[in-house]
This record gives sequence, structure tokens and C-alpha cells, in this order.
Amino acid sequence: MSDKILYSVTGVFDTPDEIIKAAEAAADAGYTKYDINTSYPVHGMSNAMRIKPSSLSYIALVFGLSGAALALLAMWYISSSSYPLIIGGKPYFSLPAFIPIIFEITVLLASVMTVVSMLAIFFKFPNNSHPLHDTRYMKMVSSDKFGISIQASDPLFDEKKVNRFLVILGAQLITKIYFDEDELNVKNNVFEPKFIGFLAMVFLAVAGLTYFTLNYLMFMPPFNWMANQPKLNPQHKTVLFADGFGMRLPVEGSVARGFEPYLYKGNQASASKNLINPLLPVKENLSMGRMKFDIFCSPCHGYFAKGDSRLRGQFPNPPSLHSEKVRNFRDGDIYHIITEGQNVMPSYAKQISREERWAVILYVRALQRSQNAKETDIK
Amino acid sequence: MIVDYTKEISVIDGKPSFADIENVIAAPLDVKPDKKYFIALSITLTMLAIGGISLGLTFYYGIGMWGNNQPVGWAFDITNFVFWIGIGHAGTLISAILFLLRQKWRNGISRFAEGMTIFAVLTAGIFPLIHVGRSWLAGYLFPYPNEHGIWVNFISPLVWDVFAVSTYLTVSLVFWYIGLIPDLATLRDRTTNKIKKLLYSVFSLGWRHSSRHWHHYEMVYLVLAGFATPLVLSVHTIVSFDFATSVLPGWHTTIFPPYFVAGAVFSGFAMVQNVLIIVRKIFNFEHIITVKTLERMNKVMLLTGSMVGYAYGMEFFIAWYSGNPSEQFVFINRAMGPYAWAYWTMVSCNVISPQLFWFKKIRTTIPVMFVIGVFVNVGMWFERFVIIVTSLSRDFLPSSWRMFTPTLVDFGILIGSFGMFFTFLLLFIKTMPVVSISEVKAVIFGAQPKHHHDHGSKEEPETIRSGVNHV
Repeated sequence: MSDKILYSVTGVFDTPDEIIKAAEAAADAGYTKYDINTSYPVHGMSNAMRIKPSSLSYIALVFGLSGAALALLAMWYISSSSYPLIIGGKPYFSLPAFIPIIFEITVLLASVMTVVSMLAIFFKFPNNSHPLHDTRYMKMVSSDKFGISIQASDPLFDEKKVNRFLVILGAQLITKIYFDEDELNVKNNVFEPKFIGFLAMVFLAVAGLTYFTLNYLMFMPPFNWMANQPKLNPQHKTVLFADGFGMRLPVEGSVARGFEPYLYKGNQASASKNLINPLLPVKENLSMGRMKFDIFCSPCHGYFAKGDSRLRGQFPNPPSLHSEKVRNFRDGDIYHIITEGQNVMPSYAKQISREERWAVILYVRALQRSQNAKETDIK
Repeated sequence: MIVDYTKEISVIDGKPSFADIENVIAAPLDVKPDKKYFIALSITLTMLAIGGISLGLTFYYGIGMWGNNQPVGWAFDITNFVFWIGIGHAGTLISAILFLLRQKWRNGISRFAEGMTIFAVLTAGIFPLIHVGRSWLAGYLFPYPNEHGIWVNFISPLVWDVFAVSTYLTVSLVFWYIGLIPDLATLRDRTTNKIKKLLYSVFSLGWRHSSRHWHHYEMVYLVLAGFATPLVLSVHTIVSFDFATSVLPGWHTTIFPPYFVAGAVFSGFAMVQNVLIIVRKIFNFEHIITVKTLERMNKVMLLTGSMVGYAYGMEFFIAWYSGNPSEQFVFINRAMGPYAWAYWTMVSCNVISPQLFWFKKIRTTIPVMFVIGVFVNVGMWFERFVIIVTSLSRDFLPSSWRMFTPTLVDFGILIGSFGMFFTFLLLFIKTMPVVSISEVKAVIFGAQPKHHHDHGSKEEPETIRSGVNHV
């Protein structure tokens, strides 16, 4: 017995009046580390024990205010800053409409955090290894008795004096409560390699399983009848047509809008003589020409038509368009070459509409002028 | 009769001892469930299965399985949602508002009512989720940073609803659990079963009934009650905003928030009263949940029922007084149009039947009050149906008028919701103390010290120390 460590000396009473008196007596005798255990809150106990008012209401205040501020800040950020949307003509930051959510978040954060702080910080719960647990004393105060427990750690504690104090108060079943030695000597096995290895295995298994399951589930379309219809999609295979293409070619001889047949097929001289650029060198036409030139012509001819291909030798470099020959071309010549192609240059009739071809010609002329400016241009 | 109001009358019949209270409340947890329990459970599970099948059909074929269509886009689903949220309001009212008003009779029924709140809100929560059609995308209701870079619309009452209902559920759960901790500790110390002991130990977190803990615990309970009171009022207010912020005649009314809150408390109390009448009989709680307690609940129903009746009258008055022809038409159409049968069911159940509670004889006769409670719940379900369906089916353009006809799947889901609620309830009464042990102990005869140490409290410990004691 003597090598056990004493936790407290306890006694029980039958009525709430007695326990109130015992609490007052213990407080008056100067004990600070004692506790009263009753299975329901007895009125006036806090006064009898001389406990300060609980400070948990301030915690509720702090968390409530932070909840309100957080909600307001989040809604301001989301609705007015991150992705502002006009809905019903209302302002991005419409405070009256934010109030319900501010209120809800205030209540949520304050209630949950007050309870969590009470349990985790004030009570240091969960704690099922307290010396009082699983004692006869606990079983009695849990049911219909009112108990007092004076702890050995109290500076005024003296086993004999405390015993006499409880006897004089009229306490019954005065017993000593010891720390459970098994529990005190329990070694923490958390850092043993076996356990850590086990944790690592569990981690790997759970992570792997989650990864593969999610990868399957996330890309499994649920009830996708709208997306998957029995029809042919462009660029898909089919067995319906002999060539196996889901996409069909236009009927022989059909003419697309803006792509009328070219009159001067194989006849550059005639094209050069008869074709005249219908577009004026105004800003709109030039910028369209520049756009089309940059897309279709510049990969080989270079952005400034100098013949500096970006294809790095995968395709033969064309000559510069600033040469004497090209500068002396009529617009019809260039139009013919874009339409029909020349040497290794393919036809661009299908990619560039007629109007766009003329715009490209305007742009090419502008480029040529920029490299071979006249003296009058400088003025 | 002369009543002495200076003395507090006990809310518990007789003078049971602490051990008696504990034994009678813990009794259902100690014995194995009997045949009747399994019969009841099989009935509720069958109802739940009907709901499950209906939901399965809904998910597989889409919400075209329901009777909803243009212009009645909200029908049974939202009716059920508002109905169940309303049922949930009694619990928090009993545990928070009556706590702040120091109504001690609440102690016997608070745990049960809180449990019903949680189950009702869980049941209600299903309906908005299935109503969106593709429930697997319902996560978008919460504002979280997603890959689309877009957020929810914070000025929409439907988003307020998401926040209100989820906050309500969380705070109710916390409130309920906090109340359970001391009871679980008491059960932990009295049980001999090892598994039960383990479970009770884990969930009671090591509660030691310490007065230093009770001191903080009571403060937290007060704080929670203080927060839950405006919360419970806000939840049905926000639910009513779903309707009131629209421009539909019959919905666009400022009376909706108080009217909805009163209606919610009304139906919630009726449901709690109904279930408690059965539970107190089966588990011999007649001395804890007394006829007097039931009478008080009936008085609350009389009050809130009269408020609901007043709101019905006021809606008609304002429709006439506003001089707005669309508004006037909607209300005449409610009372005399194709849905008149629903309207008059609602009026007779909600306005006329609770008025019978003016008679003390009816207030204290259990079978009669049970029937009235059932009527009230039927009436309150029809109230939501009338508000939603009659307003939607005939709005501004007669060319778009259309009647709503529910399908079998609609009824299946309604039955399933009752199955879910009562299954939860049956599991609850066999696994947890349905009456708060510590709260009831605190109000039985002789549980609180006599107030004899109000003055001169310094002297008494002196006499004790000098050897005078009265044991």
C-alpha cells in the first residue's frame, strides 16, 4: 500500500445541503485542490466553492465576432473581387443580402468553438485515465451520492487532518484514491518501428486505394444519356460508310460561300492582266491582311516576308518577297500564286477566302514599302 | 381554487429518488428489445425501403418521375422539405427558448425533442438535394474554390438556406451531444456490459461529474441556448425567404417569416406531443413526462395555432386591402379554386382543431389531444402544399395555368421520409437515454439545497468545524 501514490481522499454525502456545506467548509479551510462531484449541477455550488465566473462567454464572444468578420470578408472577396457577377442589377457588395449568412456563420463558429474549447482546453477531455475513474466513489457520485475529493497535491494536504475534516463534516465511506500504477507505468508504444511500419503500410494502402478508386469514379459519367447519343460525331470512326470516316465530304461540285471557282486556272498572265485589288489600303483591311499573313504565310515567308522560315529546314525556304521581281509583280500575279501555289508552295484557296487574299496582298505591299521606302516617305 | 404561487410546484409527479429516476430512464437500454419493437421497426424500415425505391427510380430516370412540371416546378419535394424543417423547430425551441425562460417542465422532454430535431432536419435535408435533379453535383451548393473558378451567389435565398440548415443541424447536434455527456457518464458507471462500457467511456469523454466542470458546463449551455434561440427563428425565416423574395402573388408577402416560424413551432410541438404520448406509455415515464407537461405543450400549440390562423386571415385582408388584382385572385383561387379541398383541409386542421384546446378537459385528455396533434400535422403539411402549389399553378398568365398531379413516386418519397424519421427515432429510443437523467434529477423533490445560507454563510462552516453536524 505504502508505495502507491495517493491521489486524493474522498467522502460522500446523501443530501445537497450537506455537500454545499462541505464545499463551503473546504473553501474556508483554505483547500484549493479539491473537487465536488455531483451527478447534476447543484444550485449555489460555484458560490460555495468560491469559483470565479466562467470565462467561456468571452471565448464565445471572440469566436462569434471572428465568424462575422470572416463571413463578411469571404463574401466580399468572392462576390466583389474574385469573380464579380451582376445578378438582378444588384451591387457586387450588397450588405443587406449578406446578413443572413454572416449571422449563420457567427452562430456556427461561436457555438462549435465554445464547446470545443470547453471540452479540449478547460476540461482536457477526452481523459478516461483519471484516477477517479472506475472507483466505488465515482460509481456512487455518478448515481445518487454527493462526493468531495481533496487532492494530495493541495499545499495544505495532510492525510490525518483531511480525514478528520471529512469525519467532522459527517462524510460517509471516507476512502483514499490512488493513481493506478499500471496506468502510470504504461509505456508509449507509438514510436516502435513495428507500429510506424504498420502506419506506413496503412497509409500506402489507403492512399493507393483512394487514388485508383477516385480515378475510376471521377471519370465515370453517371447517367450520361444526353452526352452519349446514337449519332455520328465528327472525327469519329464508323462502319456505316465504306471509307470508315464519320465526317462526310461535300457533294461533288458544291461551292462554299466565299470560295467561288477561280476563273484563271493555270493562266497567270491573264490573272495578272485582269485582276485588280478591290480593297483599299485602309486600317481594317491591312490588319486583316496582317492577321492572315501571320497565320498562313509567315511560317515559311517569315513575319516580315524576308524568307526567314520558322520551319528550321523541314521545308525549303522561299525567296524573299522584297526582291525586285516580286516588287514588280502586279497584284493579280500574287493573287494567282496564293490561289494556285507555285513550285513547292501549295494552293491556299481552301484556307484563305478571296477577300482575305486581297487583304494579304495589301499587307505584303506594305511590308515591301517598309523595306524599300522612297525618300518622300521620310518627310 | 387558491394557488400558492410563492412555492414552486414540482414538474415531476411524486417524490422519486435519484436511483429511481436513473433506473426508469435507463431501463429501455438494459433490456433486449421485444417483439413489438421489431414489428414497429419492420414497419418503418418498409416505409424507408419504399422511399429508397422511389429515390432510385428518380435517380435512374430523372425527376420526370415526379408530377412537377411547368408551371408547378416546386411541389411535393419542397413541401416535404419545409414540413420536416418545421417539425425540427420544436426541439430547439424546447431546449433553448424554454431554457432561457426557465421553464423547468422542459427538462423531461428536451432530450427527446432535440433528437427529433436532428432526425427531422436530416430528413428535410434530403429534399433540396434530390430536388436539384443531379444530386451527385450537390457539392456545388457550398462555396469552395473549384476548378471552374466560380462561386455560389450569396444574394440568393437558396444559398442562405444551405447555410441556415447546415448551421442548424450542426448546432443542434452539438447541443444534443453536450446534454448527453453527463448521462453517458452515468450509464458508463452503472453498466456491467464490457462493450457498452467501452462505448459509453469513449463518448462521455471521461466526464467526472466535477462541480468545477459543471460550473463551465452551465455557462456553455446558457451561451448555446442564447445562440440557438435566434438561430431557430432565423432558419424558418430564411426558408420563408425562398418564397417571399420572389415576385409570385401568394408568395411575395412580408408576413411570411413570422408566419412560417409560428407554423413550424406549431407542427413541431404536435409531432413531439404525438410521439411522447406513445413513448411515456411504453417506457413508464408517466411520472416524468406528466399530463401537466403535455397540457403545457397543448397550450403552446393553442398559441401558435392561433397565430397561424391570424396569419391566414391577414393574408386575405392584405390581398383585399392592397387593391392588387393578381394578389386578390390568388387568394380567392385558394379558397374557391380547384385546390379548395386542400385549402379547407388546412383551415379545419390548423385553425379550428387547436381551438379545442381552450377547454381544460380536452387539453388533459390524452386520446383527444393525440388526435388533434395528428390533425395539426396533416394540416401543416397541407399548408405548405397550398402555398406552393396553388400559387404556382395559376399565376399572372392564364395561358400558362396548369394543374399539378402527384405521381406514385411522389407519394413513395413522402412515405419514405416518414420511414426515415421514425426509423431514426426507434433506433434512438433503444440506444440512448431519451430523457435527460441529469436534468430530471435536478428538478425532482429535494434535489436542490434549501436557501438557508443566503446571509451569515460565514458562521455555519464555523459551527461545523467545531464539531456540530447534523448527520
